[in-house]
Amino acid sequence: MSNQVRDPAKRSMLLTALYIAQEQYGYLTPEALERVADRLGLPVSEVYSAASFYSLYRTQKTGRYLLQVCDGLSCHLVGGAETLVDYLSKRLGIKPGETTLDGQFTLETVQCLASCGTSPAIRVNDALYENMTLEKVDELLETLRGYHA
Amino acid sequence: MPEKILTRNFGLPRSESIDVYLANGGYQALNKALDQYSPEQLIELVTASGLRGRGGAGFPAGKKWGFMPKEPGAEKYVCVNTDEGEPGTFKDRELVEKDPHQIIEGVILASYAVGARRAFVYIRGEFFLGVKRWIKAIDDAYAKGFLGQNILGSRFSLDLSVHRGAGAYICGEETALIESLEGKRGEPRKKPPYPASIGLWGKPTLVHNVETLANIPHIVNRGAAWFAGTGTPKSSGTKIFCVSGHVRNRGVFELPLGVTLREIIEEHAGGMISGRALKAVIPGGASTPMLTAAQIGTPMAFETLEAAGTMLGTGAVVVMDEGTCMVDVARRLMRFFAHESCGRCVPCRVGTRRMLEILERLETGRGKPGDVERLRELANSIRGLTFCPMGDAATNPVLSGLQLFPDEYEYHVTHKRCAVAA
Repeated sequence: MSNQVRDPAKRSMLLTALYIAQEQYGYLTPEALERVADRLGLPVSEVYSAASFYSLYRTQKTGRYLLQVCDGLSCHLVGGAETLVDYLSKRLGIKPGETTLDGQFTLETVQCLASCGTSPAIRVNDALYENMTLEKVDELLETLRGYHA
Repeated sequence: MPEKILTRNFGLPRSESIDVYLANGGYQALNKALDQYSPEQLIELVTASGLRGRGGAGFPAGKKWGFMPKEPGAEKYVCVNTDEGEPGTFKDRELVEKDPHQIIEGVILASYAVGARRAFVYIRGEFFLGVKRWIKAIDDAYAKGFLGQNILGSRFSLDLSVHRGAGAYICGEETALIESLEGKRGEPRKKPPYPASIGLWGKPTLVHNVETLANIPHIVNRGAAWFAGTGTPKSSGTKIFCVSGHVRNRGVFELPLGVTLREIIEEHAGGMISGRALKAVIPGGASTPMLTAAQIGTPMAFETLEAAGTMLGTGAVVVMDEGTCMVDVARRLMRFFAHESCGRCVPCRVGTRRMLEILERLETGRGKPGDVERLRELANSIRGLTFCPMGDAATNPVLSGLQLFPDEYEYHVTHKRCAVAA
């Protein structure tokens, strides 16, 4: 019973606490994980165990814009998925999982984004872009680059 | 056009707001139920309607409510499953973004029926707009007295709050959802005990999909007989079908259960977009076995799809034309299942990886003799042997593909390429 949390509702705050820490630290650094563990009275190992289970928590630094291309079947059927990934790879000079040298863009593939009726879909940070084409990808990159030119 | 029930307000401006919901008869069912029905009568009503769960399993809702212990005053919970992640499915996202109050009214009614005073929304972490819509809708419902202490002057009180998931398909499974709500890794629990006896924090818990809950206000307003009058005897009501893939009009279509796949594809989705003929359909999301073009006369109902060897699942219809490579489809879906396997049990964790390796090999012209047999053997040694239903789900695209399109698999092995895809 020693590693049982006395107040179960407190432990329930773990996912929320990890979101807050991720926002404050940029990603879940060892220090961020320790701080969450400390605040919730949990062993760091348990905090890391939960953090590593969920795909929205990041234990590595990402670019300013995280480009997540949906790799789902419904995106693939209408010309999305790897068509968009390959195009973005070429445009940015990085492979999925990598970040551009200037730290602006990280490219990733993700599982179904529930945009199957409006596919292909790409998510950039908190925003969803649907019915994407290669032209729209160009426009998107122009816009994002414009924000910090 | 059949009458729209759950999606009737989708086309209205600001359909997500409480004003629009109230102006269109919103929260009248809550008034009626608190005034006229005891919790037991409400359970009887929902049982008589024949409503079955819309999240995939199709369990009778009234029966699920009846499993909750009856002792008054006991701590019980209701959880709203908004963890939509089944590839091909996008109905829950639409319901939350376009008419969240309809779901809230359903949550309050369900909580009243089972005697819960605390309810939680568990929403998929990726649904940024959905999170905002839920929070705003709950705030507005509190402000109007539909949530909180002594709802509408009754003795019934309920608190509802939003809990955001963080990216894990398995958390759509009800016991994994509960683990995640408790702040743990979302690994499914052993069943039994079912959540109705031991759920969130060890207390009796009712978990429902949002589409299931959205039906409740309409059943209260218009009666069980009215609800059961739509659909088939074993699958009553309407269903929100999500249509994607090679059709002209993709999107959600709310239709009576029992509608044929042909009608969905040809009439509502406008037919094939590519000029190519239909090849195969996934009828209920990635977890459900495929059907061929010859089977599109099948009515979309729980019992008829089961008889056809597949499932209604979430009602996510993925339409594929002749140019689609079935090995590629299986590979893509296996990438999903391999990624989403929670890792708790070996057949699912290792089996999905091994199946994916073979499918990647076949699809990239590196198939070996015996790969097709190995794939079948692997799938059969996963089925029925995993901790939760996800293992079976992962084998469905492969086994149904092998059964319906065996030549395509063999061709990949012998010719090191695809006979179909352009």
